[in-house]
Amino acid sequence: MTTRRSGLLRQPMAIIAVCMLGVLVLLAVLAPVLWGEEAVAANPDAIALPPSAEHLLGTDKLGRDILLRTLVAARLSLVMAVAATLMGVCAGLVLGALPAVLGARAQRWFASVVSTWLAFPVLLVAMLTVILLGPGATTAVVALALTMTPSFARLAQTLSSRVGGSEYLAAARMLGVSRRRQFTRYVLPNIAEPVIVNVTTSIGGGLLALSSLSFLGVGVQPPDFDWGRLLSEGFGQVYNSPVAAIGPGVAVVFAGLAFSMLGESLAAQLRNREHRKALPPRRLGPAPVAEVPAQTPSTTGAENAETVVPLLEVEGLSVSFPGPDGWIRPVQDVSFRIAPGEIVGVVGESGSGKSVTMMSVARLAPAGAAVTARRLRFDGEDLTGLTPAEGGKVLGTRVGVVFQDSLTALNPALRVGTQLAEIPRVHGGAGRRQAHERAVRALDDVRIPDAAQRAQQFPHEFSGGMRQRALIAMSQIGSPSLIIADEPTTALDVTVQRRVLALLRRECAESGAAAIVVSHDVAVLAELCQRILVMYAGRIVEDVDIALLATPERLAHPYTRALAASLPDLDTDRTKPLVTIPGEPPDLSRPITGCAFAARCAFATDRCRTETPVLAPHRHGGRVACRHPQDAVAPDTAPEEVGA
Amino acid sequence: MLVAMWVIITVAFLVLRMAGGDPVRAALGATADASVVQARREQLGLNDPLILQYFDYLAGLFRGDLGASIITGRSVTELVSYRLPATLELAGIAFVVVLLVAVPVGLAIAIITQGNGRRGAETVFTGVTGFIAAIPEYLLGVVLVIVFAITLHAFPVAGRTGPASYVLPVIALSVSAAASISRIARIEALNTLKDDYMRTARSKRLPAWMVYFRHALPNMLTATLTIGGTLLGTMIAGSVLVEQVFNWPGLGMAFVGAITTKDYGIVQGLALVYAAIILVVNLLVDLVLSLLDRRTSLLETS
Amino acid sequence: MAELVIEDLVVTFGHRHRAFNAVDGVSLTVPHGTIVGLVGESGSGKSTVARTVAGLQRATSGRITLDGDDLLRTRGVDRRRRARDVQMIFQDPYSSLNPRMTVGETIEEALATHGDLDAKQRAASVRELLDLVRLKPAVADQYPSQMSGGMRQRVAIARCLAVRPRLIVADEITSALDASVQGAVLNLIRDLQRELELSMIFITHNLAAVRYIADTTAVMSRGRVVEHGDAEEIVANPRQPYTRALVSAIPRIENAGTDHLLRFADTDGLR
Repeated sequence: MTTRRSGLLRQPMAIIAVCMLGVLVLLAVLAPVLWGEEAVAANPDAIALPPSAEHLLGTDKLGRDILLRTLVAARLSLVMAVAATLMGVCAGLVLGALPAVLGARAQRWFASVVSTWLAFPVLLVAMLTVILLGPGATTAVVALALTMTPSFARLAQTLSSRVGGSEYLAAARMLGVSRRRQFTRYVLPNIAEPVIVNVTTSIGGGLLALSSLSFLGVGVQPPDFDWGRLLSEGFGQVYNSPVAAIGPGVAVVFAGLAFSMLGESLAAQLRNREHRKALPPRRLGPAPVAEVPAQTPSTTGAENAETVVPLLEVEGLSVSFPGPDGWIRPVQDVSFRIAPGEIVGVVGESGSGKSVTMMSVARLAPAGAAVTARRLRFDGEDLTGLTPAEGGKVLGTRVGVVFQDSLTALNPALRVGTQLAEIPRVHGGAGRRQAHERAVRALDDVRIPDAAQRAQQFPHEFSGGMRQRALIAMSQIGSPSLIIADEPTTALDVTVQRRVLALLRRECAESGAAAIVVSHDVAVLAELCQRILVMYAGRIVEDVDIALLATPERLAHPYTRALAASLPDLDTDRTKPLVTIPGEPPDLSRPITGCAFAARCAFATDRCRTETPVLAPHRHGGRVACRHPQDAVAPDTAPEEVGA
Repeated sequence: MLVAMWVIITVAFLVLRMAGGDPVRAALGATADASVVQARREQLGLNDPLILQYFDYLAGLFRGDLGASIITGRSVTELVSYRLPATLELAGIAFVVVLLVAVPVGLAIAIITQGNGRRGAETVFTGVTGFIAAIPEYLLGVVLVIVFAITLHAFPVAGRTGPASYVLPVIALSVSAAASISRIARIEALNTLKDDYMRTARSKRLPAWMVYFRHALPNMLTATLTIGGTLLGTMIAGSVLVEQVFNWPGLGMAFVGAITTKDYGIVQGLALVYAAIILVVNLLVDLVLSLLDRRTSLLETS
Repeated sequence: MAELVIEDLVVTFGHRHRAFNAVDGVSLTVPHGTIVGLVGESGSGKSTVARTVAGLQRATSGRITLDGDDLLRTRGVDRRRRARDVQMIFQDPYSSLNPRMTVGETIEEALATHGDLDAKQRAASVRELLDLVRLKPAVADQYPSQMSGGMRQRVAIARCLAVRPRLIVADEITSALDASVQGAVLNLIRDLQRELELSMIFITHNLAAVRYIADTTAVMSRGRVVEHGDAEEIVANPRQPYTRALVSAIPRIENAGTDHLLRFADTDGLR
């Protein structure tokens, strides 16, 4: 609690808001005591005076000082707004949040009550209440509470339906936790914060609404007065003394602003706590660059000195994001090459940086990412140091991308055909009809039945497998020389996955395009690729021919070996426990010294924990970043150079 | 929707029967002669049994009869027919202005501030819109009158006299709504820009305008309208206040006037008209949204 | 532990002309102390069976009994007694734990709802349970957000064991986890099952995992069980064409570096 408050008070806006509220509370408490009598006493000698030193805002028709009246009115205005909001939020919580623990039928019933209530125009409800109960301060408060209730109820409903549909509440129900406890320990704590933010903002809104009612003459009645009442009285003499209307107006805006600013800062505070706000780039300093390795293991070494010019050449690629305590580095010093027509797999766990790496290569890193590279060449053109937009222009349609989640990767508002046709239209200079024909042909190529009709449909009308094929068609339509596929089959069933993989393989075989396929599943890559890059904690730890996966004893890096051995397959010995990798992947928000895998590695030595191993050519024909490669070690003898 | 309308009809019916003891006495004043009151009650059918009055009233509504003024006996339907256009014009223009200003501004600010960049722009935007949104319509109206009409004589003070007379009321009605809608629009645009299909659009190397207008705008618009869907309703309600400030000959003026003179016959009729307009508007917004966003419509039908 | 018998279970979604049977006449027996695997693709109805057994979904017709007690007739049955019949472990450990309760509170709540231990005994019990799922006692003071997916899934398992249910339903409990953590959770489930003689329905789309962990496997497709048999046998010698298609579609490391996929593309008419 204390940490939250101190965190809140670090925001300048919050400090201002709290000060403004302090002034208001002081006024509400003191003003009626100090000037209460003076503010209501008529003074026949000073009727409707213009502003002067004695009466800064002038006087009204009965000769009362408008400034004093404005200050004194603070109490009534604030009390009314706070009371109405609290009544509204309590009723709203009961209507909106309680049904979450009462079951589906109650939820539906309450939801329909709330939505009917919400449909009532706010002002109308207020007016009708006024008419039925007669005008006055109490009526205005009740009226406002009535209009606020449904919106609070809707908010509570939306928030608590998230809780109500959550698995943790289902688990609690199954454990036999009482409804009361479900409500107090599960629903309320998980919706409290947004509701509090909303209450704060609503007090400000309520203040404005109440003053509107009074302004219309249906709120507070004389001799009582709040800001709205004063404003309406002032407006009556706006021609003689405009200032008379300005005073109470400023007060209303001041108070409304104070509450909305406080609500705003509370909301910002919540967001920060959920995702701690990253430091602004200028305080972070320049983005980290991959350090040039000391001995420069020549990537043009014997094994890699192919006569073919690589299609893609990446050297020293680093990707960093601004984080709360400095740069977060999901990708560090990654170097690799792709030959024309080659299919390369990239495997790694979540957080290994595999997707970020490939998206950065395609110049599609998310906004805010700092991408640096010593060398980035594609098809003979140098992309080093270009901005994402410039780089993207150079790449054009020569790099096609297949994304992971086909439902979200396609634009829900556009027809599938239109989304495909955009590429020939923009890049190929094709006419509308021509482009559309190209799109239909591309869909037909990936064996989508009735392609012409399907092109007219929207993404949600496609099945998952068909959407994924449409995405492949989209990546193909510009005839790219490199396809980057990011987890292309993760959300699919095995039989559908098999067909999509076969399609991808065939497309590459027929067009001669190279492909980079990112996946967390080694087996998927084993079937599809020719070479595999293994990533761990933002670095490539092994780069090896795919055929070696079938014989894990020839793999060099302990992580790769464990990865290939740890997943149960259809021949795993059921009588033995599964081979596992102890521990958990490292937390990338903290800097890692030495080999990131050392903590989970049985062969790690002190040197592994202090020095980062360099990715260097290895005797198995690929590259490996490890001090204790395992491929030469006989399976049963402990390596001598490895300390116990 | 129909339930809501029925509740409003019934409440409005009860208003005329229950408000302040005897509404006819209240309207005509304590000094009015008892026989005059009695005659007016008879004329309005207030002496019949309540249930009979209710069905008479419903039957009247089906014929388009919204009741009559207690004081003058004039038909409310007639009043609505020449007052309604003024209100709809005002609210409609303001609605269009709000959307035209708020959505592009929200999108533009979102593009500038995405990915944690330009923190300054974000602060200025939230500060300015927060301040503007805290100014109630009628207060802005008062200020506008003081500055532009009384001091500068640039626009008419009040009334509905020609194109120039629309400027100040429309501004008064739309400014604070535009501020809050542009905040919603910015947040929705930020969410939209983070969506996967935006990355797909970028992967196609489309020109920037195409990425933003063709791929982002439709999606953020539906999201914005879903949240700001009650906007037009708010504008119509807000017009009551603005009409009061600018002496605009619309429904709002008549409504407030009727309440202050305790002419509950008119109040009853106008309340119904307001409710009907807002309910119809909400229905239309839902319809447009379901047409725009095929995903929601699909979810609702399944 | 107990024997679960599902007889001719039907679960219908939707109304009238849109109605369809997500589960369409499933019969299945889970004998004492065994794990029955339930595999199938998305939409096969396997998760609906799980949720119905766990009481989270209403059955349209059919019978589910646990040692003869009718699980579908729950009216008048004490909530807490029912909780001791069946417990479920969910797929996503990120959403199955209340973010506002510490691990200790979560497990202790399960203990407090059942049985009459005092606070001291409960604290000891929490330590035992954490130890059982191979977590350090210090974890009790952490919130779920401070833990990795694998650790959270262990907490969910501990919470489930706290109630000592007669049957456990595990719904895709490894599919949200990283490859290097999945094996450890599978090992844990296997060890616990042997130690505590748990009866369990293990739902997954992963044939290899189910072959490893289950005693028998039921393959589901379109709401029906198409094949049910010994877990090893069903993968080695699938009898039904559907099971065969499923088994042959599993990507295998042994195919590394072959033209396997292109051959498949040929037979599938993709070329």
